[in-house]
Amino acid sequence: MNLMTERNLEKAVNDKMSAQGNAIKMQGKDVTVHYGDKQALFGVSLDVPEKMVTALIGPSGCGKSTFLRSLNRMNDTIEGCKVGGLLTLDDEDIYNPKIDVVELRARVGMVFQKPNPFPKSIFENVAYGPRIHGLAKNRQQLDEIVEKSLRRASLFEEVKDRLHEAGTGLSGGQQQRLCIARAIAVSPEVILMDEPCSALDPIATAKVEELIDELRENYTIVIVTHSMQQAARVSQRTAMFHLGNLVEVGDTEMMFTSPTEKRTQDYITGRFG
Amino acid sequence: MSTLMVLVIVIAIAAAGYFIGRQRAVSKEGGNVKPHSLPHYHGWWVFLASALPAILFIAVWAAGTGVYLERSAIAELPPRTADTVIASQSLELGMVSGIARGLDRLSDAERANLPQTFAELQPLLANKGVALATEGQDYMIPIATEWNRNTAWASRIGGIVAIVLALAGAVFGLSGVHVRARARNNVERVILGALIAASAIAILTTIGIILSMLFQTITFFQSVSPSTFFFGTVWDPRFAAAGSGGSQGQFGLIPLLAGTLYIAFVAMLFAVPVGLFAAIYMAEYASRSVRSVVKPLLEVLAGIPTIVYGFFALVTVGPFLRDLSAALSGGYAFIQAQSVLTAGIVMGVMLIPFVSSLSDDIITAVPGSLRDGSLGLGSTKSETIRRVVLPAALPGIVGALLLTASRAIGETMIVVLAAGVAANLNINPFEAMTTITVKIVNQLTGDLEFNSPQTLVAFALGLTLFFITLAMNIFALYIVRKYREQYE
Repeated sequence: MNLMTERNLEKAVNDKMSAQGNAIKMQGKDVTVHYGDKQALFGVSLDVPEKMVTALIGPSGCGKSTFLRSLNRMNDTIEGCKVGGLLTLDDEDIYNPKIDVVELRARVGMVFQKPNPFPKSIFENVAYGPRIHGLAKNRQQLDEIVEKSLRRASLFEEVKDRLHEAGTGLSGGQQQRLCIARAIAVSPEVILMDEPCSALDPIATAKVEELIDELRENYTIVIVTHSMQQAARVSQRTAMFHLGNLVEVGDTEMMFTSPTEKRTQDYITGRFG
Repeated sequence: MSTLMVLVIVIAIAAAGYFIGRQRAVSKEGGNVKPHSLPHYHGWWVFLASALPAILFIAVWAAGTGVYLERSAIAELPPRTADTVIASQSLELGMVSGIARGLDRLSDAERANLPQTFAELQPLLANKGVALATEGQDYMIPIATEWNRNTAWASRIGGIVAIVLALAGAVFGLSGVHVRARARNNVERVILGALIAASAIAILTTIGIILSMLFQTITFFQSVSPSTFFFGTVWDPRFAAAGSGGSQGQFGLIPLLAGTLYIAFVAMLFAVPVGLFAAIYMAEYASRSVRSVVKPLLEVLAGIPTIVYGFFALVTVGPFLRDLSAALSGGYAFIQAQSVLTAGIVMGVMLIPFVSSLSDDIITAVPGSLRDGSLGLGSTKSETIRRVVLPAALPGIVGALLLTASRAIGETMIVVLAAGVAANLNINPFEAMTTITVKIVNQLTGDLEFNSPQTLVAFALGLTLFFITLAMNIFALYIVRKYREQYE
């Protein structure tokens, strides 16, 4: 812990602090991604501050999801995908061959575009992560973790009477919150969200957004979104991607009121994208 | 007039109709009305209108006159009495038709002074290469002559009617050719009809097979009661000489059923793990290039004829297991060369591609988002497969395994060669047992009277086997369908 504060201090000195003064949790330097012969990212450098929501916006195919997926090496599962440049978590290179990718993904959790609960019960869905990582020593602890995670995902009250029914039987919004609870249950440090509300209706979206805002207290969150309003509502920092490049990054308020780049302004006002 | 010639004439008329019809359609184009169909559609419609009814008529006529001629011949046979020499009416009819066929080969001069007794006729026909049974009777000769005359008449009338039909069809088709005629839609309807007919043939054949087995089975159950067949524990059909009667034999299904299920079980015990692991490797681990090589190679196994597997079992696996057991026990070979184990292992090898190919499809069908979800939580690949992918694919895999099991139960050639023929009821996998399919082969290849229970039991066995595999297939399809609903 002492080491952490020292490191944070150092960063602050190096003027790496964001506007709100949070430390850098993850960092990308000149990140390039190739899918086979096709290059998807052209040298993106982006910092992710701790305990904040960073939104990645930009038109379809701009590389924002690719960048997100390279943060927990989910790109490894795609055949022919190559990542270059430097990506760090707490100043540790996550593409270092010595890094255990399984451990990395436990620290950097992910919520996907479409709710993808496992075809198991609600309880088993949440207990899945703690089970494989041995986070609970006995059944009682497991019960506690599941309840805590479901509460954090503001789902517990809705499902407490049917914890042992199928997770796939929930509504779309509930399923997505279940997936968030599932991600929280492993106690990650960073949660990546890939358009988590694109398959949800406005009411479910509002609930998930509220939840993201609450989660900010404990977790570092990176969210990819197509909705400008959503980026404005939930994030503190916004990064604009276009054609595999990072156009601009800054405090959300500033980005939406006075963007420095014309492309950002055009996109935010709906002139292209 | 032979049927073949009629057919050629009909096709020629129809072909001429095609060209004339197309020509007519072309000549009617050119006004300011847009033609409905292209000229070749008009041609085809004339062709079909001309050829189809005529060909259908030829088929129906041939079948109908065959039945009619047989009936009229039977009517002319003298009534059957207790001292009729020939054993059955169908045998009598067969003789008459044999004589009729022989008479056809005689020259006109010979036919003019036909001998009136069978004794004289027989050597005459033998010269022409027609061998007749010795019990032929004199009264058959006029019936046969009459038969031939009627056949000639029927084919002449049938030929003329068919040609007239073809011409009428062509005229009908040609008269309908005009600019707005919907020849294209008409041809489409004929194609639809042809496709329906093709699928109906497959279904009707299945029904026909079941019915033919069913009637023989019913005959069998008239001499052996169903309860002794289904619950009997002794299989000893006792091949008695034809017609001697007395020795009934015992037809207990249980030892055969036990052998069938036991060998299938051993085969599945071997095929399921290997096939499933191969499927998991190919679906989850293999890169695309490896998969494109390994999968076809594995499926080559499915293309090997089962009789070849049978050789392999008989010549290689069986002796190897016997020698191995002899070496292990120091002299006494406790595994017989023909045994449940031998047949099971070789059949298991045969089933591997079925298990792997079906399971591979099912595992690949599990949505990738589930894998991502699990990997994103920090689980390893094998944890993901064990805890997420396989449970999700399980119903489908069970369905696939049931389909495979029904194949194992119906498999014949491997067990004929590798399992032995002794209908034992034991649980030692190192000894010979036999299966339903082996016994069907045995019962039908013997030199036996066809309507004895010893032969008819083959049909009862076949029908039993059919219902077992049918039930398993239906159950498998039910499970697979239920599983599909989960993701859609």
